Amino acid sequence: METIKNATSPQSDLVVKNKKKFNVEVPLYMGPISFLLVGFVFAPLLIILFFSFLKTGLYGEIVYEFTMGNIKEILTGGSGIVFLNSFYLAVQTTILCLLLGYPLAYYIARYGGKWKVLLISMIVVPSWVAYLIRLYAFKTITGTNGIINNFLMDWGLISEPLTMLYTPGVVMVGLVYTWLPFMVLPLHAAMEGMEPSLLEAATDLGAHPVRRFFRITLPLSRGGAIAGSILVFIPTMGDWLVPALLGGSKVMMVGNLVAQKFTIAGNIPSGSSLAIMLAATLILILYLAIKWGGKEAMEKLV
Amino acid sequence: MSAESYENEYGNAKNALELKNITKRFGDLVAVSNISLEIKEGEIFSFLGPSGCGKTTLLRCIAGLEDADEGQVLIGGEVVNQIPPYKRNCSIVFQQHALFPHMSVFDNIAFGLVEHKVPKAEIKMRVNDLVDMVNLNGMESRWPHQLSGGQQQRVALARSLVLRPAILLLDEPLAALDRKLRKEMQTELKRIQKEVGTTFMNVTHDQKEALSLSDRIAVIKDGKIIQLGTPEEIYESPRTTFVADFMGASNIFSGKADVNGDNNILFRGDIGLEILLPNNDKLEAKEIKGISIHPEVIGIALEESEIKALDSWHTVFKGRITEAFYQGDFSELTVKLNESDIELAIHLGRGIAHDKEIVSGQDVMVHWKWEHNNILYS
Repeated sequence: METIKNATSPQSDLVVKNKKKFNVEVPLYMGPISFLLVGFVFAPLLIILFFSFLKTGLYGEIVYEFTMGNIKEILTGGSGIVFLNSFYLAVQTTILCLLLGYPLAYYIARYGGKWKVLLISMIVVPSWVAYLIRLYAFKTITGTNGIINNFLMDWGLISEPLTMLYTPGVVMVGLVYTWLPFMVLPLHAAMEGMEPSLLEAATDLGAHPVRRFFRITLPLSRGGAIAGSILVFIPTMGDWLVPALLGGSKVMMVGNLVAQKFTIAGNIPSGSSLAIMLAATLILILYLAIKWGGKEAMEKLV
Repeated sequence: MSAESYENEYGNAKNALELKNITKRFGDLVAVSNISLEIKEGEIFSFLGPSGCGKTTLLRCIAGLEDADEGQVLIGGEVVNQIPPYKRNCSIVFQQHALFPHMSVFDNIAFGLVEHKVPKAEIKMRVNDLVDMVNLNGMESRWPHQLSGGQQQRVALARSLVLRPAILLLDEPLAALDRKLRKEMQTELKRIQKEVGTTFMNVTHDQKEALSLSDRIAVIKDGKIIQLGTPEEIYESPRTTFVADFMGASNIFSGKADVNGDNNILFRGDIGLEILLPNNDKLEAKEIKGISIHPEVIGIALEESEIKALDSWHTVFKGRITEAFYQGDFSELTVKLNESDIELAIHLGRGIAHDKEIVSGQDVMVHWKWEHNNILYS
């Protein structure tokens, strides 16, 4: 009995010691990022929130008086239609990215083999190039004097240049082109993790490939689809560079309106309240998406 | 099962499956090489071979998950090469079970019936029947990850059997289970097969499993069938060194034989062993390439008198025990024969080893019946 006690006692001491010890790891690791988040994300947001309830003077200067006017103006005025348009474009982009991304991710995950890394890089690497530069390239290709029009004219297929640039269509293509990688990556990850024998089992049990997609592939990659949709929808909704460069004055999104208020109109409170409204909308959508998609994801995790 | 009892049971049965010259290549690798085979209705047939021998590929060719490069697959007398896997009248049970993680046990079992557009009421009935058969009552609403390995195995089995396939293909069905469970599921598989009467086609690398489960076994190596026969034939009369070794006949001696006029064979092993045995099958000397002896048929005698008591149809050698390993149910002995380098492996049952007080270093006599000298043809 004596010896057993002796053998176990140092260990139990150790456990007690561990409990008492102050853990420096958490502040050490979390400190810098917390500082950055508070200083450069939360603080500016609070400032913008503060600005959005202020009045504007005759010459655009900020008047430090409380008002709900800016918010009311957004909800009743013409910017509502811009919100709806942005929402529409974001939904459209997300759906198109899903439709394009699914087969892409599926074939890379199943049949990529040794080319998998190369194929994934071909999708990801372009997104490392600043997207301003890529959009200028897009302009060069689709412009009135662009590569496509020149090619078609040279071959006599058309007599007059097609109007592609500054149309809603080209904005849509630009948005899909810009944000597609963010859809393909999580979808690919979801399908990579799927046991190939599950698909074979479904086939063996009598499922036609189309049925198999809806009964096995789709439900099992739902998490990836939701993650991808969030990653595409949110930046698209707030995008302003694509409509500004490719849409000209024809296509207006919330981002453009905010930029316009800040820079051209110089109305900081009005721009701030627009930005806050945009952020609030996105947070609401994000919340709904997680609440809607998270339930099943949680079930799978347990 | 012996050859006669197999003939009695399946001699008149129809072919459930026929393979005609099946060949499957992956690039330069020939996975399955010109395999032809007939499997009777209601039979449990096993492909036995080491990993990478092509047995799983062959199974996948039958299921339609791989297309055979050459040859024909006939199920129920009909060529099915052009029929896609989702329309073939066979079903496969995967090694890792491959249960659908997002479906309950009930939905997993009902999956195939839904795909075959079976009416709802009938689905419920047939699934419940299968749930009864594989003893999963009360588990219908559970999720696959809540089940043990054995239960998952039962779901996988039920999911395939509910479709009433002409052939059930089992890809190493017991490999994912631990030893005790494997034994239990083996008995279960046999019981279920008796109950449904479906032809079972089993792929395994475990000779014990193949022996106890099957009506017939095909030993496969490098994509070819090396030997085909009932478990008794395969175990007791392996025809080649590979099969003998794979079935655990650890005493294998290559050598040459003389056939003399008295209808005896004098076998001369390459390392000096000489054995005289009767030539019952009228073999020619050049056919005989070696002999194999299973370690559990060899007996040990400590006294001359014990040998004298044996009849003359025995092979007897003197030797010394050099190693004795305790294995629980038996002792694994190595006996070095006197005036040679020949070592024999012997499995001695615990009862006998205990009574004779066998220890390492003992001088002993080893003996076995002539008929246990199994002739190898290559």
